[in-house]
Amino acid sequence: MSTGQNDNEIISLVLRGDQQAYATLVSRYQNYVFTLSLRFTKNREDAEEVAQDIFIKAYKALADFKGNSKFSTWLYTIVNNTCITFLRKKRLETHSLDKEGVFEVADSQDSGLRANMVEQKSKVAMVNNAINMLNPDDAEIITLFYKSEQSLEEIAQILGLETNTAKVRLHRARTRLKEKMEKHFSEEVRDIYN
Amino acid sequence: MEANMHNMEERLWSYIDGAVDAAERTVIEKLLQENAEWKAKYHELLEVNSLLQSSELEEPSMRFTKNVMEEIAKTHIAPATRTYINKNIIRGIFIFFITLLVAFLAYGFGQIDWTAKGDTNIPVDLSKVDYSKFFNNTYLNVFMMINVVLGLFLLDRYLANKRKEFQKEA
Repeated sequence: MSTGQNDNEIISLVLRGDQQAYATLVSRYQNYVFTLSLRFTKNREDAEEVAQDIFIKAYKALADFKGNSKFSTWLYTIVNNTCITFLRKKRLETHSLDKEGVFEVADSQDSGLRANMVEQKSKVAMVNNAINMLNPDDAEIITLFYKSEQSLEEIAQILGLETNTAKVRLHRARTRLKEKMEKHFSEEVRDIYN
Repeated sequence: MEANMHNMEERLWSYIDGAVDAAERTVIEKLLQENAEWKAKYHELLEVNSLLQSSELEEPSMRFTKNVMEEIAKTHIAPATRTYINKNIIRGIFIFFITLLVAFLAYGFGQIDWTAKGDTNIPVDLSKVDYSKFFNNTYLNVFMMINVVLGLFLLDRYLANKRKEFQKEA
C-alpha cells in the first residue's frame, strides 16, 4: 500500500501505470480540495462535483507536474482555475467577486448556516460559518493560509499574484472576516474577546 | 484615523504571521508594551488568528474517492506538453529569421560606399540603396508577407505554449 509514501513517490507510481495509487492522493487531499471548492460554490453538491472534476483534471495533467513545487501547490492552482471557471459558468463575472454585492448575496444565502450555528454553538462552527459568509476570494485565501499548509509565496503562486499582493489580500480578508463575526455572531465574539 | 487603524492592523497581522524583519519586530514589541490601544488590538487579532487556526476542513461524501477512481478508470494521463512540442521546429524558425535578417543586413551594408565623402557623417545614402533587385516582383512580396505573418503566428504559439507551461508548472 502506498499510504506512507510521499506525494512524489505516489505520482511516479501513477505515471508508471499504477492507476490505483492515485486513490491515495485523492484521499489525502479530498478534504482540502472539497473545502476550497465549497468556499466558491457555497453548496455541497456543486462542491463535490467541482472537486471530482479537479481530481480528474489533475490526473489527466499529471505528466506535466515536474516536481518543482509541492504537489499540493500545483493541485490548488487547478482548484483555483476550475472554481473560477465554475463561477463564470454560473454567470458570476470574476470582476464582481471583489464587490460588496457578492458578500451580501452570501449573507442572504446564509440563514441555513446561522441555524446550523445555533445548533452547534461552538467556536469552530462560528468560524466556519463566518468564512462561508465571505466572498469566494477571501474565503479561499484564508483557507489556503490556515488550513492548506501553504506559505504566502505558494499562495501567491496559486493565485497568480505577487507575494506582497497576496499578503495584503490576506490581511483584508481577515479584517472582513472579523467584521462578519462581529456583525453576525456578536454574542459569541464578545464571549471570546472577554 | 481609519487609515491609522488600518495600518496598525496590517502591521500587527504581519507581526502575528512572523512576516516582519528584526527592526519592525522591535518597534512593534515596544508599541505593544507602551501603547494600550496597540495592545488591545493585538490581543483581538491574536484571538481571531487562533480561531482561524481552529477552523475545520469540510468532508465530502463517503463515496468521493470511489467516484473519482471510477471516472479515472475511463480516462488516461495526457502526454506531457514537452513531449509534443518539437524543439527542432522552434529552432528552425529561429534560424530562418536570423538568416533572413543577416541576409538583409549584408545586402544593405554591401550597398554602402565606404570611401565616399559627403556632408554628413553617415556613410550611407539611403536614397541610393537598390531594393528593386529584391522587391520588384509581386509574387516575391506576397511570399515575404506570408512568411512574416507565419513567423509572427508561430512566435505567438511558441510564447503561448511557454506561458501555459509556466502556469502549469506553477
